[in-house]
Amino acid sequence: MADELIPWRHDFDTALSDAAAGNRDLLLDFTAAPM
Amino acid sequence: VYADPHVAAFINDHFTPVRIHVRDQADDFKRLGDRFNAHWTPTILIIDPKGDERHRIEGFLPAADFLAQLTAGVAHAARARGDFANAERWYREVVEKFPETESAPEALYWAGVAKYKATNDSAALGETAAQFANRYQTSSWAKKASVWAKPAQTS
Repeated sequence: MADELIPWRHDFDTALSDAAAGNRDLLLDFTAAPM
Repeated sequence: VYADPHVAAFINDHFTPVRIHVRDQADDFKRLGDRFNAHWTPTILIIDPKGDERHRIEGFLPAADFLAQLTAGVAHAARARGDFANAERWYREVVEKFPETESAPEALYWAGVAKYKATNDSAALGETAAQFANRYQTSSWAKKASVWAKPAQTS
């Protein structure tokens, strides 16, 4: 399964907080693809 | 495109990846879609740690084009935080690794800007204009860089 290659998260606010703490940029994917 | 191992590796190396599904997470899609003016899928945003958008990809792209866009996005984010040396490095990587993509002429332009910002030497802009004389001549970025060209010698 393609998505297994990427550990997608689904809670934007928590992910942004974690990204800020780690000084990382965030990739936000709005999708209609089957999950 | 996420099945491509190069794409996945680049994302895992550079980003915290978040996926919002238009139907399965309808409330989140509405809220975040409004916040970032994203009302189509796929829309992929690169967002800095402060929550500001730094790059946007709308619509499907093949792996090479998508990787070029992601790399350009890393460069844009570096430029926005004033890290011009790294921004130039990432822009040059777009041109070198993905020369046939639409991202390449834009990256060549911004590489010159980033070098100028890093060095405060306007020669970087003239060099960039000269590079556009040999490639991507029909791109809008070549036109934008044309104002940096040194005047032709008249004597």
